[in-house]
Amino acid sequence: MSSKPMTGAEALIKCLENEGVEYIFGLSGGAALPIYDALVDSRIKLILVRHEQGASHMADGYARATGKPGVVLVTSGPGATNTITGLMTAHMDSIPMIVITGQTISSMLGKDAFQEADVYDLSMPVVKHSYLVKSTTDIPRLIREAFHITSTGRPGPVLIDVPKDFSAGPFEGDLYPEMDLPGYKPEDRQINKDDALAIAEAINKSRRPVLLVGHGALIAGAQNAIMQLAEKIKAPVVTTLLGKGAFPESHPLSLGMLGMHGTAYANKAVAECDLIMSIGSRFDDRIIGKPDMFCHNATRIHIDIDPSEFGRMIPCHHYCQGDAREVTETLLDHVAQLNTTEWLSTLEKYKKRYPLTYKQRGGLKMQCILDELNNMLGGKGIVATDVGQHQMWAAQFIRSEKPNTWLSSGGAGTMGYGFPAAIGAQFGRPQEQVWAIVGDGGFQMTMCELATASINHLPVKVIVMNNRYLGMVRQWQELFFDDRKSGVDLEGSPDFAKLAECYAPALGLTLKRSADIGKMLKRAMDYNDGPVVINAMVEKTDNVFPMIPAGAPLEEMLIKEPRKNTKLEKPTGST
Amino acid sequence: MNMKNNTETIHTLSVYVANKPGVLARVAQVFARRGYNIDSLVVSPSMDGRYSRMTIAAKGSLAGLDQIIQQVSKLVDVIHCTDHAFDSAVVKELALIKVAVSTNERTEALQVCEHFDAKTVDLTETSMIVMVTGGSEKVDACTGMLKKFNVVELVRTGKVVMARGGDTT
Ligand SMILES: Cc1cc2nc3c(=O)[nH]c(=O)nc-3n(C[C@H](O)[C@H](O)[C@H](O)COP(=O)(O)OP(=O)(O)OC[C@H]3O[C@@H](n4cnc5c(N)ncnc54)[C@H](O)[C@@H]3O)c2cc1C
Ligand SMILES: Cc1ncc(C[n+]2csc(CCOP(=O)(O)OP(=O)(O)O)c2C)c(N)n1
Ligand SMILES: [Mg+2]
Repeated sequence: MSSKPMTGAEALIKCLENEGVEYIFGLSGGAALPIYDALVDSRIKLILVRHEQGASHMADGYARATGKPGVVLVTSGPGATNTITGLMTAHMDSIPMIVITGQTISSMLGKDAFQEADVYDLSMPVVKHSYLVKSTTDIPRLIREAFHITSTGRPGPVLIDVPKDFSAGPFEGDLYPEMDLPGYKPEDRQINKDDALAIAEAINKSRRPVLLVGHGALIAGAQNAIMQLAEKIKAPVVTTLLGKGAFPESHPLSLGMLGMHGTAYANKAVAECDLIMSIGSRFDDRIIGKPDMFCHNATRIHIDIDPSEFGRMIPCHHYCQGDAREVTETLLDHVAQLNTTEWLSTLEKYKKRYPLTYKQRGGLKMQCILDELNNMLGGKGIVATDVGQHQMWAAQFIRSEKPNTWLSSGGAGTMGYGFPAAIGAQFGRPQEQVWAIVGDGGFQMTMCELATASINHLPVKVIVMNNRYLGMVRQWQELFFDDRKSGVDLEGSPDFAKLAECYAPALGLTLKRSADIGKMLKRAMDYNDGPVVINAMVEKTDNVFPMIPAGAPLEEMLIKEPRKNTKLEKPTGST
Repeated sequence: MNMKNNTETIHTLSVYVANKPGVLARVAQVFARRGYNIDSLVVSPSMDGRYSRMTIAAKGSLAGLDQIIQQVSKLVDVIHCTDHAFDSAVVKELALIKVAVSTNERTEALQVCEHFDAKTVDLTETSMIVMVTGGSEKVDACTGMLKKFNVVELVRTGKVVMARGGDTT
């Protein structure tokens, strides 16, 4: 190291190293030049992306797969605004992530300077917190605070906007300063023992309990405690889309996912239970259907680290604020073994009567591919999805057995998420097999990242479920808008297998017949020099069931395709 | 939390915040997202210069208010947020009212001022500025009475609030 003084950028990178950052996902530009320059001498690996949205989803996928915050570094203006979708995606799903944006020099702020975007204000509704750096000296403190905020309490993304004069300027000050966060005290919150006891008492009176396990359980690392609780009180477990992996789906007490496209038996269990206890779910509108009908005769219990979730969607009888793991462990000491034999045998009947099925005849089906993939994975590997029909079928057919192996954009439903998220996950967990299940629509939003996967020789395996439609939207149009198709035909998409081949060493495969599924998946599994893209020419117009129309009570679930020409009311729920 | 409470009422919230950039925007955003209208807003430094006090009077349903308090409280730079709608607190505001009064109307105008314990802080041949302090009802009433003259301008500070006795705001 030379004796010239450190720059703000060098201090910033040093601080990131101290936080244990391994990778930065990003793309440079004028306002970020000093920081990119400082990266040259750093042990942190820079992953150059092809679009900043991709960088933000990679950081998100990295975070979901490892539990550690993902880090993004982009330039000002368009570079910064390109991360907004990724910030919103992470914010909706409580994902730890740091986005560092270059900014024009501080004296030019507010003057519509070249590539000035007021990203601090633009991003405010989609971040947990954000900073506009006001002096070089502040940089280490802000970085420390940002990492603390993003990963503690209820996680969420933090943005740091760094004017170029502060990154380029000489740094003076402390690299290990104290944090100054008098208003932020997530660790102060003690579990209220009385709340926990009241909940235990309610559980002990229940004959038909259901545990609703959400993403908060994964964030808390509560899987063992939940397993013990479920087995002790012999309660069935349903998970949300984002809770997949918090309870092994092969376990006899698992009913899989509930909600709009959940299993029929999960939704029936929820509709018929006498007690439902949410552990780290936020009762999203995609699971409660019609709010005042949701479990209206059952005792409703809500455990969450964020008290602002209490009563937001539905009122509950008991609330307990705290970490899912701590609360569940506390409850374990106070619940009795319940006799739920009758309840479990009712649910067993539902499992037999309404299994997840699909027609074995006809063309290539997404369900069939996913079913076979699930069998071949045997609970191993990491699966990332995009958004649409393929996502819902993946949620149904891929059984998640372990935490942090299921990556899906839930709250935002961001098309284009799946592939870059898989890339991020592969960086974070190089030993795991990572699959991306994407639609032909969503893949085209971020498929430029094939270059990123290829140059880094990432063996990410992508299945493009190519139904030539924006399938999920087409399904709604068919069911609720008299099949009047409006803007859903994806005519003109490229041959995704050929496309992949353009990104050597990527491998492109085409899957047309059901009989070839096993062989094709095997080829993909065995190829490790770069990404694999399987272009799966699936049936064009299949629909996802079960389905609870948005805003309808769970009792009105359509378990299978309604008869042709059945007139369905337009859904009243939000979306 | 109670879904029945949908009637709109005015609430006075006191928000104690760390003196950091952006905190006002963040607080205001919570109100706007939940469809609350901010009637008045007073921000002032507290005794300890690192913190500021915001007093926010806002109109909306009681059902949404709980949510707002929770969401404001969880902002990183907010120390705490309390509603002073029901507990006993001193709630005051100040208004400056410029009234155009001719010399022969002046005595009557001054009588109104005297009644409300208001002061004239500026006086010319043709106009006067009245300063009135007190609870919002009193300020409303005083302004109302002065309307029989020609009110040229009205500026109100908005409410400030402080908990009574040993309680802290
Ligand atoms: C096309 C589509 C269809 C969908 N269909 C369904 C469906 O059928 N079923 C379904 O479930 N979802 C569905 N979703 C997803 C849905 O929109 C929500 O994203 C999802 O239900 C939210 O799951 P969650 O509440 O578990 O997770 P999050 O939204 O991530 O919420 C996590 C909760 O846990 C809390 N928490 C965080 N940390 C802790 C901790 N340490 N301890 C305790 N609590 C903590 C948080 O405060 C928060 O309340 C769908 C999405 C899409 C795009
Ligand atoms: C960025 C974005 N734009 C639009 C939507 C609305 N949307 C939800 S699902 C869907 C269709 C997705 O089509 P595709 O990727 O082909 O997947 P499929 O449903 O066919 O499996 C659309 C357009 C969205 N979720 N995200
Ligand atoms: Mg499609």
